[in-house]
Amino acid sequence: MSQKLLLNAKEINIILHRLACQLIEKHNDFSDTVLIGIQPRGKFLANRLAQLLKSDYHIEHVKLGLLDITFFRDDFRRGEKPLEANTTEINFLVEDKNIVFIDDVLYTGRSIRAALTAIQSFGRPNEIELLTLIDRRFSRHLPIQPDYRGRQVDAINEEKVKVNWVEHGGEDAVYLVNS
Amino acid sequence: MSELSVNHLLGIKDLNSQDIQLIFETADHFKEVINRPIKKVPSLRDITIANLFFENSTRTKLSFELAEKRLSADVINFSASQSSVKKGETLIDTVNNILSMKVDMVVMRHPNPGASVFLSQHVNASIINAGDGAHEHPTQALLDSYSIRERFDTVKGKNVVIVGDILHSRVALSNIFALQLQGANVMVCGPRTLLPKYIDKLGVKVETNLKKALQWCDVANMLRVQNERMDMTYFPSTREYTQQYGVNSALLNSLDKEIVIMHPGPINRGVEITSDVADSKQAIILDQVQNGVAIRMAVIYLLASKIKH
Repeated sequence: MSQKLLLNAKEINIILHRLACQLIEKHNDFSDTVLIGIQPRGKFLANRLAQLLKSDYHIEHVKLGLLDITFFRDDFRRGEKPLEANTTEINFLVEDKNIVFIDDVLYTGRSIRAALTAIQSFGRPNEIELLTLIDRRFSRHLPIQPDYRGRQVDAINEEKVKVNWVEHGGEDAVYLVNS
Repeated sequence: MSELSVNHLLGIKDLNSQDIQLIFETADHFKEVINRPIKKVPSLRDITIANLFFENSTRTKLSFELAEKRLSADVINFSASQSSVKKGETLIDTVNNILSMKVDMVVMRHPNPGASVFLSQHVNASIINAGDGAHEHPTQALLDSYSIRERFDTVKGKNVVIVGDILHSRVALSNIFALQLQGANVMVCGPRTLLPKYIDKLGVKVETNLKKALQWCDVANMLRVQNERMDMTYFPSTREYTQQYGVNSALLNSLDKEIVIMHPGPINRGVEITSDVADSKQAIILDQVQNGVAIRMAVIYLLASKIKH
């Protein structure tokens, strides 16, 4: 197994600041906007962005939720391992809000498809956008593209993109792993 | 998340403590789901479930049906009173006919103990026991323990007394197994005639004085007097049963602590429990009903994930 460093901590930090600025450009003071991290891996990126918007860009009220998509996935009973559920924490209505889905890697698009269905349980949002740190090009199974992307990566199917976070017991880094 | 160790839910006796833990953790997620504005997930779109009730039921049947629908499964219902069972069809024939319509899972209540075990050996579908005679009622025991866990954060080390008709009760037996598996101390309390012989061999305390039992416990699970299963007289009169084994607010106030009152339903108000107790804050009877849907969703979801295409 070999792995190649795609992004180091400094590069990730620069990207996070750029993504934060792009979000502000579109959503101003976030009064009608909510950030939704897709469980389990989108949680770290979503937390980090919400923190950054508060600390460095003085956005007072950033609403942040976490959405678990386990029961909405289309591969129930198809994989070897049973699917593991995570908590959903959305303590507000998304009716008429602008939602930004946040996930670390966009690959086939199936998770986002599930998230689009899952979020309907919380109301009818005004619009939904997608932000991902890594966009794996040419590997989509569905017509889904990010509105905000950190870095575009070309990877073949045997390769995996691994995102590490300080909060998850590592350092901030993105690797391309060849198994 | 790991898997259940079983392919059917026939009784608590077949489960281990990890299974119960897994069911509870899954139920936590479903409890969040059923409190959303839209209370439904599409997980079981490709699963068909038959609810076979060879015995009357309101709560359990509605609860299972709701759980199945919240998981988006297709549901067919069957009650023995309106079926060909009356014409003499055997259990296996009835079920095999239903299964040939491509049914993946069977939820069954039957008056004969062991009916669901028998069925699981002879038909090709996942079986959930929704009560078989005086044997087991596993989902009820799971939701009872889950409600205790919700109230106290843990079941371990809690003192639970099961009061009433232990002899005819499947709820009592399943509850004893489930509570012991989770490390609770269990006592049964009732008139001698309604306590099975050798019940102490299960490792439960036996008490015939209700006041002493309530003084000992953290939780009292009041069972219904099952008049329909009694083929002879087990106590002189309902009035006398109520005087000896009915819980009322005067009795609860005479204790030096506040205990939690549970009841699997349907309540005989004024017999095993008075109305003011049933409607008091100490009673978690309606929480039990709400938790029943989440627990049954968890059980169905976990068993369905073991059905392979």
